Amino acid sequence: MPTQELVIPAPREIVTEPRRSDKIFRGVVTGGGLSSLAILGLIAIFLGYRGFEVLRQEGIGFITHSDWSISTDDAGNVLDSHFGLAAMLVGTILCSLIAVVIAVPISVFSALFLNFYAPGWLKKILITIIDMMAAFPSILFGIWGFLVLMPSVEYWAKLLHRYLGFIPFFDMQVPVYTRSPFVAGVVLSIMIIPIITSVSREIFSQAPLDRIQAAYALGATRWAMIKAVVIPHGRSGVIGGAMLGLGRAMGETVAVFTVLNIVFQVNWQMLLGAGGNVASLIILKFGDASPYEIKALMAAGLILFLLTLIVNAIANVIVKTTGKSGR
Amino acid sequence: MTMTATPSKPWAASAKDRAIDGAIFVGSLLSSYLLVFLTALKGKLAYFVCFFIAYAIFTTVFKGIQRGNAAAKDALVNSLVAIGAIVTVIPAASILLTVLQKGLPGISFSLFTNDMSLATPTDPLSNGGLLHAITGTLTLMVLALIMSVPIGILTALYLTEIKGRFTGPIRFLVQAMSGVPSIVAGLFILSAILYPITKGYSGFMGALALTILMIPTIARTSEEVLNLIPNDLREAGTALGGTQWRTVAMIVLPAARSGLVTAVILGVARIAGETAPILLLTGGGDKVNPNAFTGPMGSLPYYIWKSFNAGSPEAITRAWAGLLVLVGLVLILFTTARFLGSRKVSK
Repeated sequence: MPTQELVIPAPREIVTEPRRSDKIFRGVVTGGGLSSLAILGLIAIFLGYRGFEVLRQEGIGFITHSDWSISTDDAGNVLDSHFGLAAMLVGTILCSLIAVVIAVPISVFSALFLNFYAPGWLKKILITIIDMMAAFPSILFGIWGFLVLMPSVEYWAKLLHRYLGFIPFFDMQVPVYTRSPFVAGVVLSIMIIPIITSVSREIFSQAPLDRIQAAYALGATRWAMIKAVVIPHGRSGVIGGAMLGLGRAMGETVAVFTVLNIVFQVNWQMLLGAGGNVASLIILKFGDASPYEIKALMAAGLILFLLTLIVNAIANVIVKTTGKSGR
Repeated sequence: MTMTATPSKPWAASAKDRAIDGAIFVGSLLSSYLLVFLTALKGKLAYFVCFFIAYAIFTTVFKGIQRGNAAAKDALVNSLVAIGAIVTVIPAASILLTVLQKGLPGISFSLFTNDMSLATPTDPLSNGGLLHAITGTLTLMVLALIMSVPIGILTALYLTEIKGRFTGPIRFLVQAMSGVPSIVAGLFILSAILYPITKGYSGFMGALALTILMIPTIARTSEEVLNLIPNDLREAGTALGGTQWRTVAMIVLPAARSGLVTAVILGVARIAGETAPILLLTGGGDKVNPNAFTGPMGSLPYYIWKSFNAGSPEAITRAWAGLLVLVGLVLILFTTARFLGSRKVSK
């Protein structure tokens, strides 16, 4: 009877070192993940690099002056140039603020309706419509706004001017209502309502159910419940959503360009048909710009990029922190 | 004879309540007509506005008399909230109706078989078409897809599978990137690639800018989808001896397939109608151009833009027809994404 030698296999070496395939995998995925950092960085670097010359020449005047002129001799050499974005920046902020002021109440009301009032079937349909609106191309809003919406908005503007003209914002010297910042603001507000509505809806739907039911159990009406539970919970989320909408409105190009009359003069009277917008300026001037003016447009793009980046960053931080702390 | 107690529903509206509701409805309808008739207000919207204001006031006052202060506030908010929802939806309905109504006269068979190389936007509608625009837009979409899908999904995988040191910053940056204005993406490609390297408009340049706009949409939606994949699946893969790479490639990604397709389609829908970078980068040719790397390339947004700016009635009709085609395309993509997305993650 042969005795069987008991062979103890050598213990397998246990390593935490991942295999080569995993290392490659992790490397590739990390590389892909870092691409967003790379792209954002490159955008800032390249726009800054191209616009540097103009930014250095104009200095702080690039955002405080409002004339935009360039004169060249026949050979194409730049004789004299003034680039100032003040009117455009003021116009951008004015249009997007109008948009947010109009859009926020409507969005909050419709988000409340979706969450607490609408029956299930209606809610599904409405959410589909709102998501669909968010996917509409901006040129569609622009052309629709110009051909369909603008006549009505001009009429509203006349009403505002007639009855509320004593408020400086609604006042104006020359009655030109066409293509005003107000029209652009209304078009933008229609574009950002879907965004603010879906952010608010998300936040409202996270309102703690136990407190909602507690409010009802204490005999609260629906509004009393919303005031006591939902609004304190969702307030900062709505602010975040509004800022996301603000960021979108600031960067919008084609829709604003179609409905806005661009004038290089700071104008705070929102009903007057003279406004400005950084993104639209780029489209307006790009077609026949000389190489030097292109550099100025790059610098303008950089300013716009930084502006939207800051607004979006603040918005995201607000939305994120409320999502966590709310429960 | 047996008596069955019928459960009472004290909260349900009684016949009297319904009658009162109906009366308020009719009353506010009438007063809206009266207001429009008597004052300087005019137009369809005036009827709407007057009706809602009247309705809100009537219900508030009535509930206030019937049930007191709290009920009055509740009724007021009821009508406000309904107005909010209606105002949100009206533009969508108006936009779709207008596009259909104004675009349909411009749609004909020849529109899809001709390009604009022998026609100008102001010609009669029988001349020329948007074949070049459709092929151009499809080319742009395919190119942007090829570039953005790998990057977008890799970013999502980094956020969900690796969860390394940079997860927080990258999530933040992806969100920041989704806020980059489209014109800035166009300017970036212009300054970084078109001027120094290629020096000529082409479809590829446009596709690069669209890629930048598409990555965040794909990355964010894919991240949400991948987060829905239960961790059990990943653990099962690892327990069977799979490396992380094999687990992700063989288990996680196949399980999330339909969700990832949804993400990609949403990304395409996002860029289908993007106009600003197209205006800066593609040059907008009038001829079918199968080569995306040289020569100007037409696309639907450019065609619409050019026709709209030409201004004559024919050109405007062309623009609306182009918009109708574009909206149709976006809606098909959107519905497909909805359909795939609603099937949830496969088990």
